[in-house]
Amino acid sequence: MAKKVAVVTGGMGGLGESITTKMADAGYQVVVTYSPSNTKYKSWLDEMKGKGYAFAAYPVDVVSFEDCGAKCAQIQKECGNIDILVNNAGITRDMTFKKMTKNDWDAVMHTNLDSCFNMTKQVMDGMVERNWGRVINVASVNGQKGAFGQTNYSAAKAGIHGFTKALALEVAKKGVTINTISPGYIGTKMVTAIPKEILDSKILPQIPVGRLGNPEEIAGLIIYLCSEEAAFVTGANISINGGQHMY
Amino acid sequence: MQVMDRIKEEEKATAVGMSPVARRVVFVTGGMGGIGSAICRRLALAGHTIVAGCLPGYERKEEWLGAMRKDGIKVHAAEGDVANFESCASMFHNVRSIVGNVDILVNNAGITRDSLFKRMSERDWIDVISTNLNSVFNVTRQVVDGMTERGWGRIVNISSVNAIKGQFGQTNYSAAKAGMAGFSKALAQEVVKKGVTVNTVSPGYVETDLVMAIRAEVRAQIVASIPMGRLAKPEEIAAVVAFLVSEEAGYITGANISVNGGMHMM
Ligand SMILES: NC(=O)c1ccc[n+]([C@@H]2O[C@H](COP(=O)([O-])OP(=O)(O)OC[C@H]3O[C@@H](n4cnc5c(N)ncnc54)[C@H](OP(=O)(O)O)[C@@H]3O)[C@@H](O)[C@H]2O)c1
Repeated sequence: MAKKVAVVTGGMGGLGESITTKMADAGYQVVVTYSPSNTKYKSWLDEMKGKGYAFAAYPVDVVSFEDCGAKCAQIQKECGNIDILVNNAGITRDMTFKKMTKNDWDAVMHTNLDSCFNMTKQVMDGMVERNWGRVINVASVNGQKGAFGQTNYSAAKAGIHGFTKALALEVAKKGVTINTISPGYIGTKMVTAIPKEILDSKILPQIPVGRLGNPEEIAGLIIYLCSEEAAFVTGANISINGGQHMY
Repeated sequence: MQVMDRIKEEEKATAVGMSPVARRVVFVTGGMGGIGSAICRRLALAGHTIVAGCLPGYERKEEWLGAMRKDGIKVHAAEGDVANFESCASMFHNVRSIVGNVDILVNNAGITRDSLFKRMSERDWIDVISTNLNSVFNVTRQVVDGMTERGWGRIVNISSVNAIKGQFGQTNYSAAKAGMAGFSKALAQEVVKKGVTVNTVSPGYVETDLVMAIRAEVRAQIVASIPMGRLAKPEEIAAVVAFLVSEEAGYITGANISVNGGMHMM
């Protein structure tokens, strides 16, 4: 059987790298997208090649509907139909609402929320026609609980799940599932760069499991959601946060 | 005044049929629509000064103001496009010069552009996200600093049951309305020590012109799907808002209150 094609946006980032490599290990043909401003994509691809991963990679500005359209068409031509989409690209522009500018708001809305529209729009018709598809939208615990200094990010990530549920209803009979995952604190470079005393005194005490999540654990959840066994899971928001926020 | 004193004063005043002790300035975006009108009326009856927002050049403005006046309700109108940041900035500049600082903000303006995701254009997406979600940034930005400085404020964001449960044909609207709740919870944390509360109200189907315009058979189907077997009255939404902006509701923040006749419980 031909390998299923999975596109992971922001696939070279902290979570992205684990998602792409573990999905490749699990037998998917993984296509990685990176942002147009990414200057390190060549060395990343070389490093991956050294580890035995031959990824197709495309620069895709997820903020631009046109660019998503053009690149997804190119991907389908060169790599085959897109069966799985992981909307993982995201940014933060943290600051209190008091200091937040319109630009900080717009940048976060565009990259985290509008991007889900821009990318999903390109692949959904094909998934529906072929009667099989998986879309996994990466949100955050902070979309669920709200976070100080993240009015923009909390809004965008919460919005993602509204989108997930509505679209899940529309395509529920077509073999396509749409789900949201909401990671808590995951030990990516970004998070492990936080000074140890702050991690120990401020962050870990909020997490009942008592540690950060591993990026591999996020990848594992995504691989489960892509599986045949997960066909009944749709419109769900799966928390993966070590018990930090339950509801 | 301490919280308990304020609540007691309030109880005393309302018990003898007086208007509340603290008269506040209220701004309701989309204030001339179905739910917006009910909110304006309700908060005016509570003794507050009301400003209803509407789009620049809104043709029913005078008619609406006339109808309010006829019922003895005094409200002001302010024109601005909530989807546009600069338009909001100048609208609130005007509002402040006429009625002073806004103490209570109800983000109620919203639109729908329903279509299957399959047919949805980028325009449909952007319009709904801008008017329902970005508007909350554009408008709240204009008033929240004043609220925290004065140590009192109420922000109520009108979301929808469809944000909570998702709705066929509304990927854009469900996303925008769900985003509002994320925003509310984050802002609630930032201003929690400043006497400002931020909450979301999620109505189900409300008897507004919008819903009454739906074909009778379809409407009957909708009503049949509601455990309570009827639509909500706009006044019932307004009552929840009136409670949330009262003194007594000062401990409620970051909450989302469903008002949906049992349609979706969580
Ligand atoms: N790490 C955590 O603890 C955590 C927790 C909860 C949720 N999340 C979510 O998980 C996802 C991945 O986060 P991460 O920790 O892996 O962060 P990251 O390393 O910064 O990765 C984010 C990725 O987004 C891509 N991106 C940003 N703007 C883009 C644009 N305009 N067009 C295309 N791609 C763009 C970046 O691509 P380039 O690298 O090519 O520039 C980057 O790979 C994000 O959605 C984040 O919000 C993370």
